[in-house]
Amino acid sequence: MKVWKYGDNINTDMLFPGKYTYTCSTSEDIKPHLLEDLDPLFSKQAKEGDLILAGKNFGCGSSREQPVIGLKSVGITAVVAESFARIFYRSSINQGLLLIECPDAVKTYSDGDEIKLDLDSGKIVISGKIFTFPKLPKEILAIRDAGGLLAYTRSKLKNSKV
Amino acid sequence: MDMTFAEKILASYSNEKNVIPNQIVTVHPDHLLTHDNTAAIIQKIKPELEEYGVYDKSIPIIVLDHVIPAASEKTANNHKIIREFVRKHKIKNFFDVGNGVCHQIVVEKGLALPGKLLLGSDSHTCSYGAIGAFSSGIDRTEAASLMLTGETWLKVPNSIKMNLNGKLSPYVSAKDVILHIIGDISASGANYCSVEFHGDVNNFSIDDRFTIANMGVEMGAKNAVFLFDNTTKKYLDSIGISSSVYNPIYPDKNSSYIQQLDYDLSDIAPMIACPHNVDNVKPVSEMVDLEIHQCLIGTCTNGRFSDLKIAAEILKGKKISRNVRLLILPASKRIYQDALKYGVIDTLVESGGIILPPGCGPCLGAHQGVLAPGERCLSTANRNFKGRMGCKDAEIYLASPATVAFSALKGRILDPREVNT
Repeated sequence: MKVWKYGDNINTDMLFPGKYTYTCSTSEDIKPHLLEDLDPLFSKQAKEGDLILAGKNFGCGSSREQPVIGLKSVGITAVVAESFARIFYRSSINQGLLLIECPDAVKTYSDGDEIKLDLDSGKIVISGKIFTFPKLPKEILAIRDAGGLLAYTRSKLKNSKV
Repeated sequence: MDMTFAEKILASYSNEKNVIPNQIVTVHPDHLLTHDNTAAIIQKIKPELEEYGVYDKSIPIIVLDHVIPAASEKTANNHKIIREFVRKHKIKNFFDVGNGVCHQIVVEKGLALPGKLLLGSDSHTCSYGAIGAFSSGIDRTEAASLMLTGETWLKVPNSIKMNLNGKLSPYVSAKDVILHIIGDISASGANYCSVEFHGDVNNFSIDDRFTIANMGVEMGAKNAVFLFDNTTKKYLDSIGISSSVYNPIYPDKNSSYIQQLDYDLSDIAPMIACPHNVDNVKPVSEMVDLEIHQCLIGTCTNGRFSDLKIAAEILKGKKISRNVRLLILPASKRIYQDALKYGVIDTLVESGGIILPPGCGPCLGAHQGVLAPGERCLSTANRNFKGRMGCKDAEIYLASPATVAFSALKGRILDPREVNT
């Protein structure tokens, strides 16, 4: 498991350049361009189970959802950041990508530290130090547990038809 | 319980008597805006659209603006898919290629009204705060869900009160004000918050308010609003919207804000956002003489008639530097026609400007005016992210139409206050 560490204000153009917004929408089209202008190694080396650690305002900028779809399809376990931009945060709920807002954990981590996530109890353990993060509200968990917003909407439509 | 603008409007749309920050409510927005991304949105829900149809045909607003006219077979096909969808589902509010930037169209056509709630799959949907509406950006997946159900959830935001007091100096405009504020509070300074502008805002025209609200998202705001007043009423009257079709919402007297910020407008100088973040803001005076290769006046931030008119006044009878390209991007067909009628376009073309079709143009780097490595663009748009205009090795600087127009004459950044006209 690799930890990809980035700074503040990682915007949507860095995560997925705008010039591809209207030509790439499937995860296979998106993956080669993920973080293209920020870290060209990412799309070549990132693997299922990897983590992203970042500073403030991760995902700021455009409402494009390709960054979220891309990170989810690579199999990134979670993005842990000091804070997230709101459209990106919503989009991650909709796609089922786990985001954890935990500034203390981000500030504590240094290269080579062992890092473990315990989602059920809302804990991040970094080289023995424990950091907690709050659980999501029940309305949001319902979307995540359904497998994302479209799955949630589909089941709602079906139920209302019955 | 006294409530802020955001609390009041979200309480009303969720049929609650009171709401508090962080509460999650279910709302039915009045409109859902989508643009060229409509093609991707409807592909996600093809079977469901067949089975259930669109929830309400009067809710979607679809504007083709991002890559217009189509730049490739792929983007042409996106437009074709959207036109077929619009015909099949009899979508009421559709604006094809050439009408203008979506946000300008929503305002000009009277689709954003005081006290209304709009969501859109574009981050600059927050622009309609200029009219006293609550509006915010969402992603494509959520837009797809809204097309089918007409509803979504929103978290009630905390509110920030910004008091804009005093009067602007000559050659300082709304763009300088919002750049100054973003530079002050940072690109995440209003994250998840509703921003209300108070104070001497009667000095700001609807165009000015549009520029400021448009950039609300660049400080992380969920929405940014100018409360309905006589200026709003006059604008709505001028586009034929009767006051009987809207109900303005105002915050209560003792509503609570997590932060209150006071700005003295007379202190604000012409400002510039330097690469590669919108909050990397400096006074233009610190960047004077930097060589530039392309200038852009337009976009949803500064492509209105008043912006083009200022540029024309500065460029009248003069030629731009032979070392720059000046791209002019009217925000809508109506603005383009007004600019033609009053000789503004003629002046701009005569001085060396290139007029692009009303739309998003070079702002997002998908086509038109893409930069080469090592080039610098001075732009009136709202984002200067690395790679934003199609090239990661180019630089984008953001400033007001006056700063961009003056700088085009020299091919170097100029402080508009230092220029004798």
